[in-house]
Amino acid sequence: MKLGRVTGRVVSTIKVESFQGVTLLLVQPLDEKLETIGDPIVAVDTVRAGIGDLIYFETSREAGRVLENVMNPCDAAIMGIIDDIYIENKK
Amino acid sequence: MILGKVIGNVVSTIKAKGYESKKILIIQPINPAGNPKGKTFLAIDAVQAGVGDIVLTIDEGNSARTVINEPDTFTIRTVIAGIVDEIAM
Repeated sequence: MKLGRVTGRVVSTIKVESFQGVTLLLVQPLDEKLETIGDPIVAVDTVRAGIGDLIYFETSREAGRVLENVMNPCDAAIMGIIDDIYIENKK
Repeated sequence: MILGKVIGNVVSTIKAKGYESKKILIIQPINPAGNPKGKTFLAIDAVQAGVGDIVLTIDEGNSARTVINEPDTFTIRTVIAGIVDEIAM
């Protein structure tokens, strides 16, 4: 899993059948200091995250299993919304 | 398996199915000498690890299901599978 922030919504009308009714969000991966790492990705949302929310997401086959129809082409999914992060103070 | 150090934890109330009541920790991958190496990631804790512990993490779905002993949880991929006492070189 990785940290990320929801930065936008992706609207798509014509899509594969297994994605019908599924929310797609733009997610910017972050490091532990909440600084941007890499390029934004599109992830499936089942936890009703909104723009600006801090989230964690999982990629690969495990992401597709959050949807009812498991025969889907999903490779990234938001797994939860973060309330708080605690980091040990480095000396 | 990835050698890492637990540097923090994440509090989350709203979670996807399979993640309910599981502790999520922030892992900094390290090299055998103990120095940070690479990008941090999050992992589900299966061994009651805490901040500061050196741990063994697995980033593979089938192994993760085995470690958390939930064969029907298909959404979890990254888990902490052990706490390291010592690395002898």
